[in-house]
Amino acid sequence: MITGIGASALRVAQEVGGILLLGGRVLRALVPPRIDTRELWKNLYKMGNRSVPIVVLTALFAGGLMTLQTGPFVKQYGATALAGWGAGYAVLREIGPILIALMFSGRVGANNTAELSTMTVTEQLDGLRALAIDPVRFLVVPRVLAMIVTLVALTVLGDLVALLGAAVVARTMLDIEWSTMFHSFADNLRPYDFLHGIYKSIAFGTAIAMSSCYFGITVRGGAVGVGRAVNNAVVAAAVSIMLLDFFLTYLTG
Amino acid sequence: MTMTTDPELPRPRWLRRRIEATGATVVDAGRAAAELWRVYVGTWAGIVRRASRRRAHGLPRGELGRQLHAIGNRSLVFIVVTLGFIGMVMTYEACLQLARVTGDFSQVGPQYLRLIVSDFGPTLTALMLATRVGAGIAAEIGSMKVTEQIDALRMSGVLPIDYLIVPRFLASLVMTLVLSVLGGVVMFTAGGLTAKYSFGVNPSVFFDASQVRGRHAVLLIVKAVAYGAAIPVVAGFCGLRARGSSEGVGWATTAAVIGGSLAVIVLDFAISAAALLVTGGDL
Repeated sequence: MITGIGASALRVAQEVGGILLLGGRVLRALVPPRIDTRELWKNLYKMGNRSVPIVVLTALFAGGLMTLQTGPFVKQYGATALAGWGAGYAVLREIGPILIALMFSGRVGANNTAELSTMTVTEQLDGLRALAIDPVRFLVVPRVLAMIVTLVALTVLGDLVALLGAAVVARTMLDIEWSTMFHSFADNLRPYDFLHGIYKSIAFGTAIAMSSCYFGITVRGGAVGVGRAVNNAVVAAAVSIMLLDFFLTYLTG
Repeated sequence: MTMTTDPELPRPRWLRRRIEATGATVVDAGRAAAELWRVYVGTWAGIVRRASRRRAHGLPRGELGRQLHAIGNRSLVFIVVTLGFIGMVMTYEACLQLARVTGDFSQVGPQYLRLIVSDFGPTLTALMLATRVGAGIAAEIGSMKVTEQIDALRMSGVLPIDYLIVPRFLASLVMTLVLSVLGGVVMFTAGGLTAKYSFGVNPSVFFDASQVRGRHAVLLIVKAVAYGAAIPVVAGFCGLRARGSSEGVGWATTAAVIGGSLAVIVLDFAISAAALLVTGGDL
């Protein structure tokens, strides 16, 4: 029992250390900013454009759900003007960034781990090294940058779609007029609430990118290893999203 | 040289290609949905078969127990950590807003508990499980598929769904419910501690179950069972569709995480909306 706890603590420490070291190497590679722009654009397209449908779908349902959950309170107190406050506040500051980051981690982070780990087990990374190309500079850096940029962009889009979803559900299920909902958003939400979600998504994007690249390039052992690497990457991303969310909320209020 | 162009088809080639691509996507999605449905029905058929003749099948003894352990016990730390932190954040944000508007914290605890029981507890737990358990199931079954172990099972007259998905399905049904309750307790406790130490809310005011009614508990059970059924079926389906080698396994695992999370969100919306309609808005 105690051996088990100790072993898993050591494993977690090793993984956190590995991710931080990789982060250091990425920063080091950025110092003279020589980025492979073609690789960067390719990743921006693949990660950004192709995640739009899933993000829109998630955000629409998430916004609707928030209105559904605040609906009973609104009915109870007869305060339709506050419906947009509850839903909008929850969406902009918490639910939007978190849900979109989780979906992003599943769609893009996991995909990235699968791709990198397939390259690792087929020894393509060793091939790059043999050609004197640094895999971190060539493969990891563009992906990390692309993931941070796309997650922020997708969160901006997702927030808007989620507010739309909230208004649609309010109209169809709670009989709240569009204009009431709109004024409720406009009167109660500050620009700062939106920004709060955006800088959270910068942190989430960094965490997802680092964990997915780390588990991708440290994989061992064929197809089974690839599956395990993807599994580890999404779990690590989910835990770090929750931890970062907590610390960012606390530190910045 | 003669060009064979069908006069029925739109002339600009980019438009034609677009239409063809859209059609292919729709056909693929339809096929995938039919296959997913077949896995789901097959799972229930497998459960019925298993219940009707226990000994006839060569199911390994203790497989269900092993899956309960893999899905439940091994997700425990993960669920406690993630839901604990999000529980603290949600209370913190709610109190922050209330401090700006009314400054009356007496309703935070009871209303928070009501939201946890009717929605946040099961849904957030299931989202986390879709990540951990869904990816695990898809990786495992996908690796078996690409190393032809699934074909070997079929050759020896064992149905892969009965052998692989049924035990995971049953274990997930039980464990999602158990972990949802546990996750809700962790969330509420973490929220209570945050309210006490950050905003000075008395625990006896916060820990108050007066707003929770029977229908909220029913909602918790319905949601947990729906999510618990959806996650292993989606993940197993993705695993069985894996093709190629390591790349296929990676793809299957990714699809399982996305499919599982999306299933949880859509089911949550459908069940919540149905509950709101049934109770006439007074949930």
